[in-house]
Parts: sequence; structure tokens; C-alpha cells
Amino acid sequence: MELLKELEKDVRYLEGLNSCINCGVCTAICPAAQFCDYDPRMIADTVQKGNETEIEKLLKTDTIWYCGECLSCKTRCPRGNTPGYIVQALRALSIRTGMFMESKQGQKQLAIKRTVGDHILKHGYCIYIDEVDTEMYPEQGPVWDWLKKNRVQILDRLGTSYGKKQSGTLRKTSKKSLTDLKRIFEETGATEQFEKIEALSAQKARELNIAFSEGKDPYFDSLYNGDE
Amino acid sequence: MKETKNRIWEAYQKEIAGDHYYFARSCIRQNFFPAAEDLFLKIIREVAGKNIYDDAWQTTCTGIAYHSGIIPFETTMTVVTRQFALMTEAGYTNFACSCVTSFGIYIEVVETWKNFPQKEKEIRDALKRATGMTFEIPKNLVHTSDLIYKFRKEIACKIKLRLINRQTGEPLKVVDHIGCHYAKIFPAKGIGGAEFPYVLAGLIDEWGGAQVDYPERRHCCGFGFRQYLLKSNRGYSLSNCKKKFDSMEPFQPDLIIANCPGCTFFLDRWQYVIAEMNGITYGQNGYGIPVLTYEELAGLLLGYDPWDMGLQLHQTAVEPILDKLGVQYVADDKYKGKDRIDLGKPDMPAVLRSI
Repeated sequence: MELLKELEKDVRYLEGLNSCINCGVCTAICPAAQFCDYDPRMIADTVQKGNETEIEKLLKTDTIWYCGECLSCKTRCPRGNTPGYIVQALRALSIRTGMFMESKQGQKQLAIKRTVGDHILKHGYCIYIDEVDTEMYPEQGPVWDWLKKNRVQILDRLGTSYGKKQSGTLRKTSKKSLTDLKRIFEETGATEQFEKIEALSAQKARELNIAFSEGKDPYFDSLYNGDE
Repeated sequence: MKETKNRIWEAYQKEIAGDHYYFARSCIRQNFFPAAEDLFLKIIREVAGKNIYDDAWQTTCTGIAYHSGIIPFETTMTVVTRQFALMTEAGYTNFACSCVTSFGIYIEVVETWKNFPQKEKEIRDALKRATGMTFEIPKNLVHTSDLIYKFRKEIACKIKLRLINRQTGEPLKVVDHIGCHYAKIFPAKGIGGAEFPYVLAGLIDEWGGAQVDYPERRHCCGFGFRQYLLKSNRGYSLSNCKKKFDSMEPFQPDLIIANCPGCTFFLDRWQYVIAEMNGITYGQNGYGIPVLTYEELAGLLLGYDPWDMGLQLHQTAVEPILDKLGVQYVADDKYKGKDRIDLGKPDMPAVLRSI
């Protein structure tokens, strides 16, 4: 597989790279570059040079997973490049080729698939109150514990539709809507991608001798709570 | 200087339809600020007198999954077109979404198709195969903060309080935080563009407050999608917010308002974490700086009960801004459920002052 040719099939890559002049404005404005070992200028430069070996290295490193997708780089680039889009294309290719499993950050995609990804198909929301607790999200603070404990009474006072089959805040997503989402995921490659992430993660867990099953198993915990 | 700058900001405008909107909800807002969206609908319907449709069949746009790199762009595009199809079926052409991530995605999808028309056909076919649905592209696509901005003068006519400190008579100092995906991706789609967004500053000006122009005003809140979603990466989010708080602190803001669901959440919750971890508080007398959404601010000024608007669910206490504004509220009602049943108080943070 020629990696550059694969990237060039992705609209995010085609819109993301025009011609980088290596000015570094993207890195100067980048929130990730301020706190991580991350340099969007280098990413744009690497793909622009088109060296297959270097692109492959990139697909296997933590680097492409540090971007926070704020897309501040799109605003400021004087040549109309968007390193954040290039990163999106690199991430997609890294998953498609299985190379994401070569990096610790890439491996963490399983934990996101098992939270946000599964919540979408289960609830119709990326995030849903029933799935959020202060053990996984301690920054929610004691007010969240109070809300969770009293959620029926509080959400009733606030006039929400929590758990109800009607319009409104936190309504129960209809079976028809969830079926539509499932079919869209199957039709457009998300289901296949989820299955790939699960299958390759199972293999990695076996290599590392960490118990792997489903949901918040020990392998999930090692990724979710593990090293930065 | 400040007057000149304000005039420059006002020069950037965008088209916002005057009535009849299809309303798309936000995953984060519904969960973390569960009264905010219905408050928004109440203001649009009862204060501005406009028609807005709340659809039971809608779902997430999948934006958080897309920006975390777990699903293909094609999946997100197709889910977005299902939302457009629901709008079309309901007989609407103006689309108003409550989430800034969604807003960026809806615009991104439509703009991508302008450069890659074959992609539009591919997605239309995928939606048809998956759901049997067809759709029209919205004629007008806005964020809900755009609508509050558009009707800010109508709201101003009905407010009972202005952004004035009732003790000193001085304008309250308000930090505006604009979600990155509101205008950094497509500057022409945001009021004021990416560098000088006016969508919230316009509310501050109209309702009598003073803007706080601090160095990191445009810096990201640090959501970072996959960075926040993983506990092991979450330092990214906290660090970026701290950078903003440290930058705004010397200006002693009375209030932070934000138009992005995630930003509002992080600016509220990370103050609690910084207080508990480092003993630092950014407000006065051990409190944090209260953080409100744009419609929560409008609701307070309109005289609505803060506890019916869900302000007790903010971890950073809102009482300092209620008292400065002169909001009449019953302190004992804060932690009550429906029919004023007492639910007991949440545990209080060890450092961040709460009531």
C-alpha cells in the first residue's frame, strides 16, 4: 500500500494540505504544542515531503494522537493549510492500516470506542448521564454525585424529558432512531472500524497478558487510567 | 481605544434567519446543564416570539466521536444528513444547533460538499440505503447563541436587571469565551469572525456590562476531545483552562459566559479541580468565577428563578454573581426537587467555597 496515495483519497487530507511554507504559525497557536511533545508544523512538513518511510513512522507514533482538534491552526495558517485536518486523515489511515496499535496513544482508541462510541449506539447521545460517574470523571465534583443520586426528582423539577419517549432534554431515544444510527454505522464503515479496534486490541491485550473481555475490563482500565 | 475596538467588532455580521427554526440539541448541554436548552426555547418562543421546533426523533450528530478519531467522516456526514432529513420532514429550512462542535460539523459537511460534490452524492445514497430518508440542505444554519445575539435588543427591552453591580453601580466585568469551532474553522460563519467574535460580547455591551479583554481571550478551553475523554490524557484540558484563568485573573472578572457546551463545563469544573488540587481560587473570598451559558445569563436578567434554570448544578457557585446583580432568590430552594421536596445538600468542596 502506498501511504501517500491512500492519504490523497481522503477529503480531509486534500483540504488540509495546500503548500506548507514551514513558517510555524500553526505550532505557535497550537494548544497541544504548549503542553505535549507535539509540533503540527513537522506533521505538515513530513506529509508534504511524501517520504513513505517517514509517513509510516508518523502513523505508528503517539504524535498524531496529541492534536486536540480545536482547529486554531486553520484560522491562522497564511497558506490555507489545516494541520488538524491532516491529522484527521493520518488517524483514519493509522486505524485502517492497523498501525495505530503500534503507539500507546493509538491503543487508547479502544477506551474511546467503548465509551463515546458505544454510548451513541446504546443511547443516541455521545454522552449520557447514566454512564457518567465521579470515579471515571472526578472533576464532575460532588454536585454531580448529588445530581446522580436525586436525578429523577431534580430533572423533573427542571422540566426535562429524562427517560421519556417524547421531545425534550435527555429524552429516551426512540428504537427507530437507534436503528437508523446502527444502519448508518454499518453502511459508512464505523461498525467495521469498531470491530477492527476491538479485534486488534484483543490481540494486544493477549500480548501484554491483560484480561480482555468487554466494557470496562482490565485492558480498558489500563488505557483509560494509564500513562499520559 | 476600547470604543474603536468595539466598533470594529460590530462590522462583522452574518445572516441569521428571522423566524421558524428546527432545533438540534447538544449532548453535553442536556447532560451537564440540563435546564439550559429548554430555557433557550422559552426565551426564543416567549420573549422573542419566534417559532422553533423541538424534534423527538433527533440524535447526537456524533461530533465528539468524529473529532476523537473513532468513526469515519462519512459516518458523521450521514448522521448529519439524517438530522437534515428530519428538518425537511418537519417542514423547516432554518437549522439552529445548540452545540458548537455540532455547528462546526454541520458547516464543515456543507462546505466540504462545495469542493467535493461527489461526496454529497455518496452520502445522499448512503442515507437512502440506511434509512430511506432524503433531505434538503438548510437555507440558514446558525448556532443558538446567534439567535440570542440576534434578539438581544428584544431581550434588553424585557430585562429586569442589567449587568451592573448593584453595590457600586459599576458595569460588571464579563469574560466571554467563544468555542473554537464556532468560528475558527469557518470564520465567515461566526458573528465577528474568528479573531474578534462578537456573538457574546454583543450581549455584554447590550445588557450593560464591560468586556474583559485579557491576553488568552481566544485560547482554547482545552477540551481536546480524545484528550479529555481519557483520564490518562486529561491534564491537557486542565492545563489549557488554567492558562486562561491565570491570564484573566488580574482583571478580576465578575462572570464568565461561554457559547460552547464543553467550554462552559470545563471553565466551571476545572476551577473546582484547581482549587482542590492547588488551593487556588480565582474569584473573590474563596469563591470561583461564576460561569454561565448565554441563555442562563439572559434568564437571570429576565428575572427567572436561578434554581429553576438549573444553576445549582454548576460546581462553581453562582451566588456571587446573583448577589452582585441583585437577583431575588430563595437560598433554601437551591437543593430542592419538584414540589420543593428537600433533597439534602451535596458534599461541599474542601477548598472552593460553595453554599
